[in-house]
Amino acid sequence: MEKTLPKIEIIEKYCKGCHICVEFCPKDVLEMKGFYASVKNLEACIKCMQCELRCPDFAIKVITE
Amino acid sequence: MAFDYEKYLRPGKLPHIWCPGCGHGIVMKGLIRAMDTLKLDMKNTAIVSGIGCASRLPGYIDCCTLHTAHGRAAAFATGVKMAKPEMNVILCGGDGDGTAIGGNHFIHACRRNIDMTYIIMNNYIYGMTGGQFSPCTPTGHKASTTPYGNPDPGFDIAKLAIGAGATFVARGTAFHANQIDKLIVEAIQHKGFSVVEILDDCPTTYGRRNKYKSVIEMMNRLKEVAVPVKAAEKMTAEQLVGKVLTGVLYKEESKPEYTAEYAKVIERAKAAK
Ligand SMILES: Cc1ncc(C[n+]2csc(CCOP(=O)(O)OP(=O)(O)O)c2C)c(N)n1
Ligand code: SF4
Ligand code: SF4
Ligand code: SF4
Ligand SMILES: [Mg+2]
Repeated sequence: MEKTLPKIEIIEKYCKGCHICVEFCPKDVLEMKGFYASVKNLEACIKCMQCELRCPDFAIKVITE
Repeated sequence: MAFDYEKYLRPGKLPHIWCPGCGHGIVMKGLIRAMDTLKLDMKNTAIVSGIGCASRLPGYIDCCTLHTAHGRAAAFATGVKMAKPEMNVILCGGDGDGTAIGGNHFIHACRRNIDMTYIIMNNYIYGMTGGQFSPCTPTGHKASTTPYGNPDPGFDIAKLAIGAGATFVARGTAFHANQIDKLIVEAIQHKGFSVVEILDDCPTTYGRRNKYKSVIEMMNRLKEVAVPVKAAEKMTAEQLVGKVLTGVLYKEESKPEYTAEYAKVIERAKAAK
């Protein structure tokens, strides 16, 4: 079966650029792009939800079916 | 599926006031997930705080909230619980608010064993006012008022709570985000005074002064020092040096709860007429 990818939404008006989601993603999916977090490699995402769980600012959502 | 935090937040309040990487936001999310797990009725739930960055938390959550005077959350919350014993009463605040100016209210709420849950965000410092040392600042660490290192020994909040009579005491950290809601759920379910200490980070006023290069370094320190109580049982005293126990540290179910005891007083007074 083909792997379904989530949609990762980063809400820039809430993101404070703390790096937490980038550093603690186990699959190196995210990166900092300028001030904000951004998706670098969605293909590698395992939908572990760590980034969403840890973000102190409600700024990242991992939307799965 | 993404967790719907917004459902519990007052509209238009984000972004919140906390600095980049401040753990208070992580704790607030844990509390929201706990409220969701327990399906708490927002109209029957009060969150009460004192003053400080941590104490700003209730302002974001769309239930009954009270932002009171510095150190006085326990006093106001006790008033709410006595007037409405059926209400879920949750207190929150920082280490400074709870153990310095509010230390007396804290120990007496523990002593009474009144059915409330106290979430104390311990970032070892007075964050809001620019980083003065608190009773939880570790010995030797730097604050704006201890630039040459703090000579005082720090409080152990959990031991203080147990000694004063709290009947549920737990500890987690802002790094162990997925444990926060589970500890709060157990604390709210417990009938009696419950204390949940969350070891937190204040990158702005504590991290900088104490040579943490980044929020990530502060998070990694929390990861390294925390040892779950179960794991600690198999460790030697030597291995536990510099570690902090996490999980449910104390639970006692036989001690009478205060509002129930007070209801009996009311009955006795009525019968005495
Ligand atoms: C009666 C009174 N004294 C002092 C203050 C100033 N003050 C505001 S917040 C604070 C300390 C807050 O520290 P803490 O509770 O640890 O919260 P944090 O900001 O670290 O989250 C102090 C001393 C005040 N607001 N009221
Ligand atoms: S869900 Fe997990 S793997 Fe995917 S981006 Fe977030 S932290 Fe990385
Ligand atoms: S954890 Fe949140 S606030 Fe921090 S960089 Fe990622 S999205 Fe932005
Ligand atoms: S000063 Fe410290 S405690 Fe206050 S919001 Fe900033 S990081 Fe958090
Ligand atoms: Mg503090």
